[in-house]
Parts: sequence; structure tokens; C-alpha cells
Amino acid sequence: MNPSLTSNPPVATPFFFYGLAAIMIIGGILVITRKNAVHSALALITTLLAQAALYLMLYAPFVAGVQIILYAGGIMVLFLFVIMLISIERAEKERQFNKQWLVGIAAAAVLGGLFITVYTTTTKGRVLFPEGRTSYVDMQNTQGIANLLFDQHAGTYMFAFEIASLLLLVAIIGAVVMAKKRI
Amino acid sequence: MHALVQYIESYLSSDKTPGAAGNFFWATVYVLLVFVGLSIAVIAMNWLERKILAHMQVRLGPMRVGPHGLLQPIADALKLLLKEDIIPDGADKVVFWIAPFIVVLAAFTVFVVVPFGPTHAITDMNIGILFMLGVSSLSVLGIVTAGWASNSHYPLIGALRSSAQMVSYEVAMGLAVVSAILMTSLNESKTGTLSMIGIVQAQFDQHEWFLFKFFPLGIIAFGIFAIAMVAETNRAPFDLPEAESELTAGFHTEYSGFRWSLFFLAEYSAMIAVSSIAVTLWIGGWLRPFPNLLQGSTWDLAFSSVPGITFLLLGAICFYNTARMPKHPLFKIQTLGLAGFGAVLALIGLMMFLPPVRERVGDIFWFSAKVAGFMYLYIWYRGTFPRYRFDQLMKVGWKVLLPTGLALLILTAVVGMRAELLAQVKQVFQR
Amino acid sequence: MTDPRSLSPLDLETPDKTFLDANELVINMGPQHPATHGVLRVILRLDGEKVLGLECVIGYLHRGVEKIAENRTYTMFNPYVDRMDYVAAVSNGLGYCEAVEKLLSVEAPPRAQYIRVILTELNRIASHQLWLGTHALDIGAITPLFYTFRDREEILKIFEKYCGARLTTHAFRIGGLQYEAYDGFESDVRNFVSFVKPKIDEYEELLTTNRIWLERTKGVGVISGKDAIALGVTGPVLRASGVKWDIRKAQPYANYKNFDFEIPTGENGDTYDRYIVRMMEMRQSLRIIEQAVAGIPEGPIMAKVPKVMKPPVGEVYHSIEAPKGELGYFIVSDGSTQPYRVRVRPPSFVNLQALDVMCRDQLVADVIAVIGTLDIVLGEVDR
Repeated sequence: MNPSLTSNPPVATPFFFYGLAAIMIIGGILVITRKNAVHSALALITTLLAQAALYLMLYAPFVAGVQIILYAGGIMVLFLFVIMLISIERAEKERQFNKQWLVGIAAAAVLGGLFITVYTTTTKGRVLFPEGRTSYVDMQNTQGIANLLFDQHAGTYMFAFEIASLLLLVAIIGAVVMAKKRI
Repeated sequence: MHALVQYIESYLSSDKTPGAAGNFFWATVYVLLVFVGLSIAVIAMNWLERKILAHMQVRLGPMRVGPHGLLQPIADALKLLLKEDIIPDGADKVVFWIAPFIVVLAAFTVFVVVPFGPTHAITDMNIGILFMLGVSSLSVLGIVTAGWASNSHYPLIGALRSSAQMVSYEVAMGLAVVSAILMTSLNESKTGTLSMIGIVQAQFDQHEWFLFKFFPLGIIAFGIFAIAMVAETNRAPFDLPEAESELTAGFHTEYSGFRWSLFFLAEYSAMIAVSSIAVTLWIGGWLRPFPNLLQGSTWDLAFSSVPGITFLLLGAICFYNTARMPKHPLFKIQTLGLAGFGAVLALIGLMMFLPPVRERVGDIFWFSAKVAGFMYLYIWYRGTFPRYRFDQLMKVGWKVLLPTGLALLILTAVVGMRAELLAQVKQVFQR
Repeated sequence: MTDPRSLSPLDLETPDKTFLDANELVINMGPQHPATHGVLRVILRLDGEKVLGLECVIGYLHRGVEKIAENRTYTMFNPYVDRMDYVAAVSNGLGYCEAVEKLLSVEAPPRAQYIRVILTELNRIASHQLWLGTHALDIGAITPLFYTFRDREEILKIFEKYCGARLTTHAFRIGGLQYEAYDGFESDVRNFVSFVKPKIDEYEELLTTNRIWLERTKGVGVISGKDAIALGVTGPVLRASGVKWDIRKAQPYANYKNFDFEIPTGENGDTYDRYIVRMMEMRQSLRIIEQAVAGIPEGPIMAKVPKVMKPPVGEVYHSIEAPKGELGYFIVSDGSTQPYRVRVRPPSFVNLQALDVMCRDQLVADVIAVIGTLDIVLGEVDR
């Protein structure tokens, strides 16, 4: 192996992690504070993309790919589709938060406190970005997920997976029945 | 200096993509190369489309700017850059501003994983094809937001059509892709791959393009993809989102100048991107014709000289047309220009005969040639077909392509696993 | 339930709305729109992409042609009629000249009649070629336009050689022709006939069996023969609905009764039938031209017409089969050198009435196809 092409360890992991986390949080705040629904949707897409990047940092490329293809590419397009069809003007006139911001802030504080408590109690003595990382399994992430789902011995999520898809089918049929004028 | 040469040589002899090797410097170089190459390809495609379409339609196409209109794309680009950039009153300025960039980013980002050769890719992700499909599906976001932000009816309808069309055809496209991916798992270890390079490698190992695998299953899958990819890129006969006679220009009606040219750039690079997916999955990617059958150094030499010969031929065509140019003082510069262009092409052709270059450019050449074939198809479609109506388009997508794709997927799986299935059936009968 | 046709399309109620229904859109198509063939403005009311109703707003190209006639002598007004249906100027001229001739009770000599028929039928082919190119372009096939324009050029060359103009020809005079046919006129026309015959096959090759073309045109913009007659629709649009009505046969003018030709008709009255009818009409026109060229008699080209035309007091209505339908001229004379009133019955204007009926419950894309298939010329609609 020639020296110039040796596999370098990933660089600046904390930097990317905090960067992506910041993008996600800012995106999330924008989702709930923007009055224009399309802006909210765009902010949500940003959040989802940053989340996909976080999955990539966790060596879960398949999950990241699915996140992009399903959420950012598929579901959010449908979101935008629906948003464009409803009347934006009326939505803009309505007051947001419905005067529940006090409750909201309280709930957010409680949730934040919970996170901090969990983090401080369970990671006692550990650092967020340890020097010696556990190396990820050499097997590809895609195959790993396939094994988890479908393997004859280790596959435990097959039933749950199929049931979830059935649930979605029910939702689709329900939506069609409710929305369609004449079937 | 010597160290630099050694550094480059060490790269040339490696068998990894810069991304896989984690080499930041070479990755940057590759990104720049791909970006520049893609821009040139879009410019060339612009000129070629106009010329080929013109000749199909018994006219000449651009002839004024440069010999045979060779400089027309550059003139167009200059015009577009100098045009007034209009943001309509009442448009959502921020979204209006962002939309073209989303489209361009999505269209260019997919080229990160396109394998121009076993080592000629920016990187090789193990979710390569998934990445391509996912990121290219993001471009619809840009189109939808562009249509919405324009605050005008025609762009809005164009955007709605576009999003519905792209979301529906993605399903059929995905099914066709999955059936090709299933074929990659037909090896000893029974594990397939999503990596673009891995897919081409699998075709090499199985001594067959996936186009002809399990005849006619491979061809049908390719057919589904070939139809869906035209719909994905909003090109004729599926160009409803920008149907000129109905919606003036669809989602980019209100765009002008530079922003409009970004949409243009994105459309053509998206066409190249989906063509590269088709080439990689079914037509053997960078593999030259008959890599297994016609092996040996003689054949290698013969095939590796094809790029050089092609460029020499192009140069010869230029020289032939130089000789046919009118002998008039007014045409002096044009004649010289065409001769110069021919000389450049011939020089490139000669350079491709140099052994170190010859060994390196073969795979890039074959990949590009196959993609160029698809590009020609795009132009041909545009010259031949009328436009589908929206409901017919949806009918084709959901009622024809999707069921065919599903059946195909199951059939491919059954045929691929026939040995195991037969063994199981035998077991049942023996009991 | 009232006949929906009696309501203005913009006041229609939408049937059973649900809470997820999209808002209805009212869209202005035109007057600046690539597919409205000039300056037609169509106000569309859409439910999604479905057309609930539409209204045509016309008059953007109004030049007051009929009013101008009242201030011009009969001869002076002749060039103005070319500006109505400018893609079929020769037909317009023929209709006007024959109407005035009827008023004056003169008849053009046979030689003039034959040359008139040849030029008019050439013009019919040119008009249909232009229609085919633009209609296909509207449906998204961009190539036929260039083929048809290439071949239309040959017709325009013949016109140019004959009278010096290509589009607004002013080819005929009241009482006959001003110009004798130029040397080689007959061979030019014969060459054109043999040149264009395979070209029509070429157009059909591109479209007639093209799957997408069939899907875009079959069952689109259907109008029944009864409705078509009720709305006064004429020309290929009427014939495609199965009504065998062609003024060349029904009320023969010029000397069409001497020629042997058929009236192509359709069955379903949809866009595809109209396309087929027009393609067949082009072939029939070639048949007429062939017969006419073979039989051009010798003789004078101008009847005896007074230099200062003062038709007797009275009125006349004369109609001809223009490429787009029945083109009628109603002229009232008060005995002076200028007509008291001229009223034109333009086929495009009357056919355009049928647009709403043909487009109801179809999609936006079909409106484009139907406007194309009606073959309107806004110069004629607005006059």
C-alpha cells in the first residue's frame, strides 16, 4: 500500500457533530416559529437532512440513505404538495401557539432537564468523543439491517416490520375513503 | 518536483477511489474534475441537442456564432448571465432565491458516486445507488418551491404536476433498480451490493451485462427504468411540468437570467445522472464491449485505441468541413476556427494513443460513450413524440410500469433463487 | 336540471364538495399564450386540472374590416378581405369576388374559374399544412411543424410567381383575374402535386399511428353532429362529426361541379377524426388540382365588368367552403360605388363557439388540443 493513500481516521468528528446538531436545533425552532407553512416545511427538510448526516457519522449509511429518500425526498414533497393546496392566506392570519407558549416552554424545560439527567447519570466517567472508538463491524450496514430483519435465526423484527407496513396500508385506504368524492 | 511526480504516480498506480482511500487532496481534485467535466458536457449537450434536433427537423440550427455554431452555447451563457434578474412582485423572495440552488445542488451531488471507472469515482459508498436515487429525488423539492415561490398560477400548476410526476415515477424506477440489485447477489457468497462500483464489478464477474441477464427480465427492467428516467427528468414526451403550449414554461416561468440557467444546468446534469445510473446498472458501466469474451493483450490494445480513433475521426470530420467552407474572406475566421477545433480534437486523439493515457482513459471513454447514447435518445424522443396528457402519464406510471415492476421483481428473485427453491420443493416431495 | 350550456361557465356550481377539495382556479389563458394561436383569451375555470367551463374573450385583433368596406369602393375593398383569414387569403378573395359578381350578375370566364380553383385548393392545402404543424406543436410534437412549413413554402412560391405576394395575395379580381397564368404555371402545379403526395404520407407516418398522438386526440373534444349543427359549426369540424356538408358539393360555386372529388367524413367527432378528415381533404384537394390543371381551357380571363362598379340596389349572400368552414359574404348595395353594408360570416368565429361545449369536463391539456383542432385564425375571428 503506498503511503499517500492510507486510510485516514475521520477528521473533526466533534466539529461536524456539533455543527449538524446546531443545524437540527435551528431547523426545529424554525419549523415551529415560521408563520408560513412552506418555510416551516423547508426548515423541517433541513432538519431531516442534518439528521441523515448524523446517521452517516454513526456508520449507518443505509439508514441515512433511507432517511433522505423517504423523508426528505418523498414525504416532505407530499407535505409541500398539501400545503400548497390549502389556503395560505388564512393560515397566516391566525395566531400561532394559541396562547400556550407558557405550557410549551415548561414542557420543553422538563424534557431538556430529563435529557441532561439521563446523560449525566448514564455516561458517568465517559466522554462524548472517546479517543479509542469501538471500530464498527466490517460487515456492510445494509447487510446488517437485512440480517436483523430477515435472518432465519437472528431476525426478530420481521413481524413488526410487516405489521407496520400493513398499518400504513390501512391509513392509505382510510385516507382514500375519506377524501374521494366518488369511488 | 520529483516528489510531486512521485506523488501523482503513486496515485495513478493505486486501485482505490480517493474517497475510499480517504485522501482529501485527490478527492478535491476529483470533485473539481467532475464539476468541470459536467459543465463542459452540459455545454456540449446544449449545442448537440440544438444541432441534432435541427437536422431531424430539416433545418440547420445555430450557424452564426463560430463555425457551425460551435460557440453558440458560450454566447447563450453570456447572454443569460447579463440578463436582468427579475424577482416578481409578491414572490416569496427567500424561497425564490433558494429554489434553483436546491435543484442544482441535488443534480451535482449525485455525481459523487458515479463510477467513471474502477478508480475514477470521487468515492464509492456502499449505499451508492441508494444515495443517487435519494439525492436526485431531492431536486423535486427545488422544483416545487420554485413553482410555489413564484406566486403565479402557471408555475404552481407546473410544480404540482412535476412533484406528482416525479414521486410516482420514482416508485417504478426504484423497483426496476432493485431487480438489478438482486442480480448482483448471484455469486458464491450470495451477498449483493448497492455500491455503484460493486454493481459493475458484478456484471464483469458474471460475464454478462444485466441488460441481458435472465432474458427478458433484464431488458424489461431496463425498459421500465428507461421510461421512468425520462419522466424523472421532465423531458419529452413527459415534459408536462414545462409544457410550453399549456403552461408557458411551467415551474420556471417567472425565472430569468442566471437563475433560469441554473434550472437549465440542473436539468441537463440530471439527465446525465440518470443515464449514468442506467449505464451502471444494465449496460456494464465502464466495461468495454466483451471484456470477458475477447480477452488478451491484442484485444486490449485494439479496444484501448478506440478512444483515440474516435477523437481522430471527429477531428477528420472537422477538417473535411473546413475544406467545404465557402472560400470567401468573410468566412476566414470561421474556417480557421473550425480547423483549430479539428486540430485540438486530433491532438487529443493522438494523446490518447500514448500508453499511460491509453490505459487510463479507456473506462472513462466507454462510460461516457454509453451515457452519450442515452443523451442521443433523449434528443430523439424530443424530436419524435407528442406530449402525454397528465392523466395518461399517471396511468402509464401507476397502472403499467408499477405492476410490471413488481411482477418483475418477484420473477427476478424467483429465477435468481431457482436452485434453492427447487431443492426445497424436492425436500417436500421426499418427505 | 338546466342545460349547463345555458349558464355562463363562470357561474357554475361545483358538485358535492368535500373538505379536502382543492380550491377552484380561475385561469386566464392568453391573450399572451403560446397555444392560443394569436391573441385569443380564454378564461378557464378549473377544478384541479379539470375544466369546469370556459369563456372566450375576443376582439384583440379587431380592425373593423366590415366598417372599412362601407368607405371603400367594391374594388378597393378586395385586398382587405385577405387580411381576415391570412393563412387562406386566396379563399377569402374568391368568396368576396364571387359575392360581388353575383351582385353584378356577371360570371368569370371558364379559364379564370379553373385558375381560381387551382389557387384556392392550393391555398386549402397550405392552410391545412399550417394547421397540422401548429396543432402537432400544441400537442408537443415539434417536428411536423418544420416538415409542413418546408412543403408549404412550395405553395407560397407558386403564389409569389403568380401574383407577387406570398401571404396576402390579392390574387383575384371582381369578374375574373388580373394576371394571366405565368409561363410554366401548369408544370409548377403538376410538380407540386407529385412533390407533396409523398410528403403527406410522411406527416401521417409521424402521427397517424403514434400511440401518444392517438391517446391525446381520440375521444378528446368530442362534439356530436347534432350539437355541431346547432352551434353553426362548419367545415372539417362538422364533417368529422359525421355530417356530410361541404358547400363545394351542396351549393356548387366556381365550377366545382365539374370536378370529381369526395367529401371525407369522420364518425366520432373527436380530435383524431378531425385530424384524419383534414389529412384526407388535402389528398382530395390534390385530386381537384390534378383535374383542373389537366383541363384549363383557353380563353379570356376577365369578364366584362364596368370600370366604375355600381351594382343595382339589392343584397346578396354568397358562401364558399374555405379551408376552415363556410365563409359567407353578405353584401347590401344601395346602388352607389360603395357597399352599404358588408357582413362576413367567418368560419373561425362560429366554430370557436363550440369550444366551451367541446372542453367541458376535459383537462387543461385538452383545451390546447381543441383550440388547435378548431383551426381558428384570430384575424378572422376578430376581423
